[in-house]
Amino acid sequence: MSNTVFLPPRHYLNEEYGIASWLLTRDHKRIGLLYLAAVTFFFFIGGAFAVLIRLELATPVGDLVSDETYNKLFTMHGVTMVFFFLIPAIPSVLGNFLIPIMIGARDLAFPKLNLASWYIYMIGGLFTTYAIVTGGLDTGWTFYTPYSTASSTSNVISAALGIFITGFSSILTGLNFIVTIHRMRAPGMTWFRLPLFIWSHYATSLIMVLGTPVIAITLLLVATERVFRFGFFDPALGGDPVLFQHLFWFYSHPAVYIMILPSMGVVSELVAAFCRKPVFGYGFVAFASLGIAVLGFLVWGHHMFVAGQSVYAALIFSILSFLVAIPSAVKVFNWTATMYKGSIAWETPMLYAIGFIGLFTIGGLTGLFLASVGLDVHVTDTYFIIAHFHYIMVGGTIMGYLGGLHYWWPKISGRLYNEWLAKFSALVIFLGFNLTFFPQFILGYLGMPRRYHAYPPEFQVLNVLSSAGASILGVGYLIPMAYLMWSLRYGRVAGSNPWGAVGLEWTTTSPPPMDNFAVTPEVTWDAYDYQSAAAARQSTQSG
Amino acid sequence: MWSGIPLFPERASTMASRVDALYFFLLGIAVFFSLLIAGLIVFYAVRYRRRAPDDIGANIHGSMLLEAAWLVIPFFITMVIFFWGASVFFAMADPPDETLAIYVVGKQWMWKFQHLDGQREIDELHVPVGRPVKLIMTSEDVIHDFFVPAFRVKADVLPGRYTSIWFQPTKAGRYHLFCAEYCGTKHSGMIGQVVVMEPSEYQTWLSGGVPEGSLASAGAKLFADLACNTCHRPDAQGRGPVLEGLFGSTVTLQNGETVVVDEAYVRESILTPSAKITAGFQPIMPTFQGLVTEEQLLELVEYIKSLKGLPQVPTR
Repeated sequence: MSNTVFLPPRHYLNEEYGIASWLLTRDHKRIGLLYLAAVTFFFFIGGAFAVLIRLELATPVGDLVSDETYNKLFTMHGVTMVFFFLIPAIPSVLGNFLIPIMIGARDLAFPKLNLASWYIYMIGGLFTTYAIVTGGLDTGWTFYTPYSTASSTSNVISAALGIFITGFSSILTGLNFIVTIHRMRAPGMTWFRLPLFIWSHYATSLIMVLGTPVIAITLLLVATERVFRFGFFDPALGGDPVLFQHLFWFYSHPAVYIMILPSMGVVSELVAAFCRKPVFGYGFVAFASLGIAVLGFLVWGHHMFVAGQSVYAALIFSILSFLVAIPSAVKVFNWTATMYKGSIAWETPMLYAIGFIGLFTIGGLTGLFLASVGLDVHVTDTYFIIAHFHYIMVGGTIMGYLGGLHYWWPKISGRLYNEWLAKFSALVIFLGFNLTFFPQFILGYLGMPRRYHAYPPEFQVLNVLSSAGASILGVGYLIPMAYLMWSLRYGRVAGSNPWGAVGLEWTTTSPPPMDNFAVTPEVTWDAYDYQSAAAARQSTQSG
Repeated sequence: MWSGIPLFPERASTMASRVDALYFFLLGIAVFFSLLIAGLIVFYAVRYRRRAPDDIGANIHGSMLLEAAWLVIPFFITMVIFFWGASVFFAMADPPDETLAIYVVGKQWMWKFQHLDGQREIDELHVPVGRPVKLIMTSEDVIHDFFVPAFRVKADVLPGRYTSIWFQPTKAGRYHLFCAEYCGTKHSGMIGQVVVMEPSEYQTWLSGGVPEGSLASAGAKLFADLACNTCHRPDAQGRGPVLEGLFGSTVTLQNGETVVVDEAYVRESILTPSAKITAGFQPIMPTFQGLVTEEQLLELVEYIKSLKGLPQVPTR
């Protein structure tokens, strides 16, 4: 085996040049990179809002920004992060890039539709950016009525339209993935040979297709009530404000699973690759994804335990919320068991996977506090909730996203990043994250409400800790941005399989050719079959 | 340096210790499983670290026994938490029979309280220690939320309907009152204090200068001013139903359905009288939407509640 590896002479990055070759591309890999640029942009915009929020909260009095500005900051942080980063990030970037390659296909089923999805996402993003720069939005990302329809004077309509439009991108991407996974698998790639990344994206796509239309119509009703005074939600017009909450959470709770399921798929890949063994209980992990997707549609009412719904409804939503915790727990136990007797490499992606499992476990267990209706009454709408969902969305989704980005970066770019810097920043992110959000659990149980511009002085020390953590976390996110960009030009050439992993994506060159594979692969092995791969390698070496 | 920095909220209601007990139980479960998972991961990561570049892991695919264990054990644990949480919630949703009723109106950005004896307060609520208090709440504009961390209770306050909450203070003192549902620009300024007083002090406070009569008497005056009494007469000869003894009873509607007369029904019957017509009456009552404020509505509700003592006159 030679130690010097070279980039392939022709690959998807150098096949064509020029702006038009990117903006008119139908190649899923290039579209994945278009999304990468876009979601990274929105991530740093949303992150900047978070920095300002934490700066303001370093002191108990509202002194850095006005209350009006503060309300806009947390609203736009939520809107940007949820709709323009967390929901699209993993499916649109990693899913787009990897789903066809992992199943041995040349592209997604509908390449033009895939490009159209990116444009729809960008148009939605422009609407929302317009809403932000022309004065902002102050309804909270939840758009609760009648505040959003009757009271707020901010840019509700343009922001709602932006999210409405972006929803179509989500629906079309989900549709594209479902058809691709059904119809485009290589010969021999049966359902139970699929990588778990594919299973989790399949489950995610179901939610995208079935759930997104509900948020679209809900936001349309908000805009209509605001403009034409139709009484859907405002009691002064004969509407019902709780109806809005039912509709909103009918999508927005499953949306949490749109954010976390793909990340779980990434973690399954990382754990298998860096333990070099099959994921423990493959079938259970695969069906846990589907179980989460289905049960996830039935628990929205747990956001409304104190909102005025009936006691009976609260109990039903409480018990269903406990049930949805079980498949998540099954996944955590299976990942942990996968590490037993593994050959565990402490590479950067594995550090992120371990970080994910730890933080997701805390996020999931604190979810039990909230599903428990008698306890939720005290902690809902406090910083306990903020801490809980950041453990899931930042500790879960973003850790998984960054782990996946590092794992497949050599495949995407053909080059390796600086391993030392990468490990260092993974550690910084893990520590910064915990310092930011752990104190918020304590603040929440103490009773500090969310969305407060000013707060009683006895909460200050914990808030200062949180703000200090946020500054560390911010730095942690900037370092990978820098060394990944640097590696594009100066990184060591990776070769087709730098991790010694199995999976179809590692059988093609890095970066892959335009059509992914020179010859359509024929699959005769199960996912994560390190045993056969090692046997095959030995026989080539000896023969 | 940690003295003076609270890590745990005060307990000042009968509900607080029940909620805290559940919290500590869950905390125990959370700590146990977090340490179990973290411990196993760190142990495996060290114990099974890769020693040669070409090493692979053991070819283990799974175990039905283990899968069954971690499906069934968490299921039972979550069901224990569910029933425990549900029992606490039932206690919160079910006030004792004898409560001190206080009316609450939330608006951007203040809390208004009306006591039965006629005292009105803004952003400060005085209650006696040891007595169950029931708040009947509504909003003039958007959704607010009444939250007193020391009592471990919270409930949304909605426009267009009444929600309620109850608590029994156990300790005199001043406690934070927060609006916990985002309600616009000065949301974080919609705060106040619940002042829990010893019963004797509370009596002194109650008698200390009542500007007007009791809430019910204010309602009675309004009832006359709005000429409600021309139709709703106590002698069953009016064009509207008799209100004496009505509150809390069950009435039959024109469409055959029955409805219990509670605060929400009275409110609806004043604002949209045609929604639920009592059997035997004509839908002739005009709406009072826009003519009475939320606070006046509460006075009327309290007046109608107070109309007891007379023997119930059968409706014709």
